[in-house]
Amino acid sequence: MALSDDDKLEMQRRMLRIRAFDERASKMVKRGHIPGTVHTSIGQEAQVVGATMALSDNDYMTGNHRSHGHPIGKGSPLGPLMAELQGKSGGVCKGKGGSLHLADFAVGSLGESGIVGSSIPIAMGAALSSKVLGRDTVALAFFGDGAANQGVLYESMNMSGVWNLPVIFLCENNQYALSTPAHTVTSGVIAERAAGFGIPGVRVEDGQDVLAVYEAVSTAVARARAGEGPTLIEVVTYRYNEHSEGLRLGTDYRPADEREEWLKKDPLVLFREHLIANGHTAEEMDALEADVLAEVDAAVEFSENSPWPDASVGFDDLYTDSEYAA
Amino acid sequence: MSVMSFLGAIGAAQKEAMDADERVIIIGEDVEANVYGTTGGGKTRQETGDFVQMYGRNRIRNTPISEEGIVGAAAGAAMTGLRPIVDLSYSSFLYMAMDQLVNQVAKNRYMFGGQASMPVVFRSAMFYGLNTGAHHSDRPYPMFMNVPGLKIMVPSTPSDAKGLLRTAIDMDDPVLTFEACILWALKEEVDDNEFWVPFGVARTHREGTDVTIVAISSSVPEAIAAAAELEAEGISAEVIDPRTLVPLDKDAILESVAKTGRLVVVEPAHRTCGAAGEISAIVSEGVFDALTAPIVRVTAPDMQIPFSPALEKQMYPTKDDITAAVRRVTSFTSRNAALANAHN
Repeated sequence: MALSDDDKLEMQRRMLRIRAFDERASKMVKRGHIPGTVHTSIGQEAQVVGATMALSDNDYMTGNHRSHGHPIGKGSPLGPLMAELQGKSGGVCKGKGGSLHLADFAVGSLGESGIVGSSIPIAMGAALSSKVLGRDTVALAFFGDGAANQGVLYESMNMSGVWNLPVIFLCENNQYALSTPAHTVTSGVIAERAAGFGIPGVRVEDGQDVLAVYEAVSTAVARARAGEGPTLIEVVTYRYNEHSEGLRLGTDYRPADEREEWLKKDPLVLFREHLIANGHTAEEMDALEADVLAEVDAAVEFSENSPWPDASVGFDDLYTDSEYAA
Repeated sequence: MSVMSFLGAIGAAQKEAMDADERVIIIGEDVEANVYGTTGGGKTRQETGDFVQMYGRNRIRNTPISEEGIVGAAAGAAMTGLRPIVDLSYSSFLYMAMDQLVNQVAKNRYMFGGQASMPVVFRSAMFYGLNTGAHHSDRPYPMFMNVPGLKIMVPSTPSDAKGLLRTAIDMDDPVLTFEACILWALKEEVDDNEFWVPFGVARTHREGTDVTIVAISSSVPEAIAAAAELEAEGISAEVIDPRTLVPLDKDAILESVAKTGRLVVVEPAHRTCGAAGEISAIVSEGVFDALTAPIVRVTAPDMQIPFSPALEKQMYPTKDDITAAVRRVTSFTSRNAALANAHN
């Protein structure tokens, strides 16, 4: 659980990747270079990376519509992710999933979901495989404060509790379900709901502190790997951008000064300061940031150079025996 | 060979698959208790006990009443190395898990560009005809035919139930099996050895030359009985059971209708957007020039299922409904044919 200096640098690198990737994706949506829309994780990088860095390479993960940070945090290469956002043949899902359905099984990313809450039992199922087959892998389900009011979460917490499954339910509480403030639709405290299932419920109040998130998730992972069952973790965080890029709502549902307050707790700035206070130089940090921007440039170049998928690809992959596809 | 009931054949297929592959597990409500006899050792039960004793609770898992969670868990497990058989009990319970079945099970392989395979079987029983009222009597397989990515089997004999289920379990795609409870007690000689009935291959129960009767699930024995009665009247009916609706053996149906020129489609599901309507459309698109009479559907009406035996009985196709439909198409004379005859 103790983080090496290299691990911490990797954390900052992955958070920077999410920020740079999503800022670029946002621009590309607005210029029409990405079809449809995207939901960015800008502002929530610590919550994502603190969790994914607590997992091992073989561990599984499912996510939701705020979908790019999860695979990036799990180590998925940026080029095929960007190509997927553009619908290119080099996309991680051959251009058939798009932003909402990123998945990279090579890094344990079992898929993001456009239906909130829908991927939660999928992570439970991955944990069931581990249990039945005697593997030591764990699974983590990311979902938001909105999905915390879906019934399937409670079916999953109950079933994985009674079966003692190695799964972590990670609620990314960014405080708004699209425009709806969580406190207006959520009775009580999400983390405290775990008590009803006899499993630990943990609330990370400062979700902008990547080390705090890492600590909480690492504890849950260790429990799960030791056969002690599931944990619910609620991480309080904030998204800096709109629910989706290009969305313009007629009403201002967030208090005017709220975003300003959260911008003062930018996870990338906070962790940069932490690293500098612990022996790294500002020049090193600048170089890391420049390096990540170059990675994103390369990812966009990979995507731009990737051809559109052949029309026939639209009829592949429905079944494993493709003769039944048409 | 030994005499097996429909349920016994399902149990035999499950046992074979459990023995053959330790990745196969059975999960669902009350599966430990072997309520319907499909998770017991069959004739060897007294010696070897039921599935819990044979395979243990790691592989035979009783679930809470949480269909959405069960189906989602099975999907996630299938994507990561297990081959679950999910016993969803009544087919109307599938609606509780609609999001998981439609948005995850059916779509994940496609959405993720082929990264996922989904080797999972969802068994459910259609309790119609047994006075269980509107919540337990559904025949919902046609609505799932409208969901690309799922495969659907509707066995009508013990032998097909065993061979199709074994194929389904060994297949890397998600399969929904719809078992008609009024067929559960059917018995016939079934091969004790392992065998696999392929998907997408119809079974011709009876050959004939005057009319093709395509029958589904519990309508198959009704159609066979109708064909026997019609033979006495000099009408030769061919009876085809598609056995799987996705994939559907279109060739067998088209070839048969090309030969007979007439089609009656029989099923216990509702009329609108049913399998019968789909098969009718396929035939009219495919061999229109061979048809000498309109295609006739014999189905349940678009009506809920009432409880009273006096009311329920009339809702499903019977032998008499089928013979009446066949007499209608075999006695049909088109205006063109009548005109042609008048000129002769």
